[in-house]
Amino acid sequence: MATEAAEAHGEEGGLVFHPMDQFIVKPLFGDGEVHWYTITNATLWMFLAVVAMTILMVLMTSRRATIPSKGQSIAEMAYGFVYKMVEDVAGKDAVGFFPYVMTLFMFIVFANFLGLIPMSFTTTSHFAVTVVLALAVFLTVTIYGFMKNGAKFLGLFWVSSAPLPLRPILAVIELISYFVRPVSHSIRLAGNVMAGHAVIKVFAGFAAIAVISPVSVVAITAMYGLEVLVAFIQAYVFTILTCVYLKDALHPGH
Amino acid sequence: MATEHGDGLADATGVAEHAAGSAPGMPQLNFDHWGNQIFWLIVTLVVIYFILSRVALPRIGAVLAERAGTITNDIAAAEDLKQKAVEAEAAYEKALADARVEANEIIAKTRAEIQAELDEATAKADAEIAAKTAEGEKAIAEIRANAMESVEAVAKDTAAAVVAGLGFSADAKDVDKAVADRMKG
Repeated sequence: MATEAAEAHGEEGGLVFHPMDQFIVKPLFGDGEVHWYTITNATLWMFLAVVAMTILMVLMTSRRATIPSKGQSIAEMAYGFVYKMVEDVAGKDAVGFFPYVMTLFMFIVFANFLGLIPMSFTTTSHFAVTVVLALAVFLTVTIYGFMKNGAKFLGLFWVSSAPLPLRPILAVIELISYFVRPVSHSIRLAGNVMAGHAVIKVFAGFAAIAVISPVSVVAITAMYGLEVLVAFIQAYVFTILTCVYLKDALHPGH
Repeated sequence: MATEHGDGLADATGVAEHAAGSAPGMPQLNFDHWGNQIFWLIVTLVVIYFILSRVALPRIGAVLAERAGTITNDIAAAEDLKQKAVEAEAAYEKALADARVEANEIIAKTRAEIQAELDEATAKADAEIAAKTAEGEKAIAEIRANAMESVEAVAKDTAAAVVAGLGFSADAKDVDKAVADRMKG
């Protein structure tokens, strides 16, 4: 599809790249303005992520088989993967957060993989989405941290193992790093996904030149393989960082 | 992205972007669309959270726990069966040993019985043989005695006849005595 688009532009004369067109949010029905409630392509692909998630986690496990089918095995693997992550990274007392972490992981992993389908829309390539996800984690950690530990939660910024004169300086650094967390957390995910998709689109643009087009196809294939990895790894990274931050809320101090 | 609409949409959003005064080129930074995405994202996350926490996760957790239980039970059952097999083997070995001992006893007993019967039969046969021998000897003695008597009688008769034949008359007692003396000699 990307190739066709590039060719269509190519016919107009010269190479024309529109790598960011794939990220445009537009209404699904009609060409009207995008209100907060409008059903857009973003809505559609979020809905499809829910559908895919439900198929895997609910339909595939409906038989509750002791000897699992392939689908049920994958669902169990996903469960075990995230459960172990929460338990190992955030601690055994963080198991209450497991459904919350699982929600984040499932949404990101399905949104990333659905975004790899040609013609699709990648919801996780938008800062609007990842910022909400990251802020949700940040607020959860901050609010729960203060609720559980009270003022002791501030011990997170007071590095008691460092020499006393250094502590105020370290506190400032720790404070800045704490508030940078949601920024890096969100930009990492959206940036990775967006960059990969845009690069594929740029390679596709070069396919307008007949001589280069085979190279372009090979490059797109290689990039697609990399993007499959990135789709999973970024979901994993987002989830494990969530667990790391939750650990701070549960056990502040170094 | 639909090919034929690509340009039109780009133009449309371009116009929108210029109208909104946001940075052109990066749809991610078109803040006009943030509200829409945030709203639908929150809806999506809430739906996923409820599906997971109400249905999927308890179910998978139960399945995993059940499986762990089944495996533990099966291992215990296998352990049990193994124990039983060991016991059964021991019982079998014991039965075999008992049977062997019993067989040996029966063999010994039977052998003794047969030996006793044999001894008895032998003794009986010996007795019979002895009796028959005694009878035979007795018969032979009788026959011999009879024969001696007969010989004596014949000898006396013959002697008397011979004496008479020679023309002598002899007393019967003297003849008998002479014959008896000769026979002794």
